[in-house]
Amino acid sequence: MDLTLYMYLIPSLIMFGCGVYGFITRKNMIAIMISIELMLNSVDINFVLFNRYLFPGQMDGMFFSLFAIAIAAAETALALAIIINVFRIAKDVDINKITKLKF
Amino acid sequence: MESLGNIILYFIVAIAIIAFSVLTVTTRKILRSATYLLFVLFATAIIYFQMDYQFLGAVQIAVYAGGILVLFVFAIMLTHKPGQDADVLASHRRWLGLSAALGGVALCGYGLFSYAGFIGKSIAGSSVDINMEKIGQFLLSTDKYGYLLPFEAISVLLLACIIGGVVIARRR
Repeated sequence: MDLTLYMYLIPSLIMFGCGVYGFITRKNMIAIMISIELMLNSVDINFVLFNRYLFPGQMDGMFFSLFAIAIAAAETALALAIIINVFRIAKDVDINKITKLKF
Repeated sequence: MESLGNIILYFIVAIAIIAFSVLTVTTRKILRSATYLLFVLFATAIIYFQMDYQFLGAVQIAVYAGGILVLFVFAIMLTHKPGQDADVLASHRRWLGLSAALGGVALCGYGLFSYAGFIGKSIAGSSVDINMEKIGQFLLSTDKYGYLLPFEAISVLLLACIIGGVVIARRR
């Protein structure tokens, strides 16, 4: 039995689907951020897999993943700072209750 | 032919990724959700180690599991009461999310399996040699496959992110 490319792509695909589901259904802003992390992570896996299986001599996919991880860290830090600030003003992180910017 | 240990490891990792991803988005306690995300990130790091990208796996554990998860836990502790449950989902919202996720997965899965050109490829027995020296030289070279410009750009991005974080989170 060989470990082929699609055997790794299937968990990654399911991870992305879970991220989409959580992004749409969750109402808590931090839970939405966690769903975004799931989607980013599955894309990172795909970069690495395609690099390793199709172009094992090169390292472009690995560097893309590396930079994606760095950017995801920066983005999460900023988003959580914004969420904490919103909580300080509105006393809630539920997206249905934060309506001050409407109208 | 893959070694037996690799196959067993693959199945453990695949099942862990699938199960914990589903649990991350379905559990109603937000702190549990973050903990399940941690397990997913560790399983991803194991995939990187299996693919011979040791440096990337180490970065995944250090930055994601060590850095981002701590940020999440801090943010959750600052904004939630302990043991607080999320509200039960409205059913139309659940159906919307479920149909979007399943539709996307079905579409991508169909695309993958209908294009079978590279999908059955195996890497058993082959190995790539990616050591730190090579990674460092690629990161700081300006040759054809060099990554100096993105490396510098990301350092500026991180600086902007630090300043932005300080400005946003500062008490006025």
